[in-house]
Amino acid sequence: MPPDVEAIAEQVFVALADPSRRSILAALASGGPATATDLAGRLPITRQAIAKHLALLTEAGLVTAEPGERRRVRYRLRSAPMQVAQQFLAALARDWDGQLDALREHLSR
Amino acid sequence: MGFPDRIERIVEIANPPAKVWKALTTAEGLAGWFGNEAVIDLRPGGAARVAWAGGQSVDLRVERVEEPTVFGFTWHIYGLPEEDPRRTYVEFTLEPVGVGTRLTVVESGFAQLPEEAHKSAYDSHTEGWASELGELVAFVDAA
Repeated sequence: MPPDVEAIAEQVFVALADPSRRSILAALASGGPATATDLAGRLPITRQAIAKHLALLTEAGLVTAEPGERRRVRYRLRSAPMQVAQQFLAALARDWDGQLDALREHLSR
Repeated sequence: MGFPDRIERIVEIANPPAKVWKALTTAEGLAGWFGNEAVIDLRPGGAARVAWAGGQSVDLRVERVEEPTVFGFTWHIYGLPEEDPRRTYVEFTLEPVGVGTRLTVVESGFAQLPEEAHKSAYDSHTEGWASELGELVAFVDAA
């Protein structure tokens, strides 16, 4: 069963609602793939908590574990779910109300 | 949560459909309210571009031209990467009401799923397991 867009977007927003997970995603976005140990060295989060967050993020499809040996497994950001969430935001940001006001104003000139 | 696939607005405009049609479908019209500059090849499949003073621009593809009642185009979903093929469809419908116009705008297609998202969801089970096993190993190693 393919998932629906709503479920995917919801997972993104749930993931982003937590400051630790946001900082993990931000670290992967800015610094590229990293192991849990790398992340623990860079962020004020325990390695155990990082492992827990990475498991949730992997389940949500927001990060993917690169094949590698045990403690060297690197996690990388996956953009597809982010793009689904962006679609949701795009709908909210569309602002047809503003555009239509501009049209009316243009025609009344 | 309610993912909106479709946005719909209806406004009453005090000008006749012919005038509203011009504002929607000519370069001069579009440059007057939508952007600062515009070009348009008004026929199905024709290209149009609207640009703003800040240097931003958006490309449209004209889809429906039924003067003076229906004008439709597709465009890229704002915020998605340039190479993403998904587009939303915008359709304006003009209906005379007295001396004015009832204008309906419908933009649809926000809830399309990218190919890669389908694939990832199929994979996520395997990945989930891989990560759980990785976590177990990490836990055992740390003990």
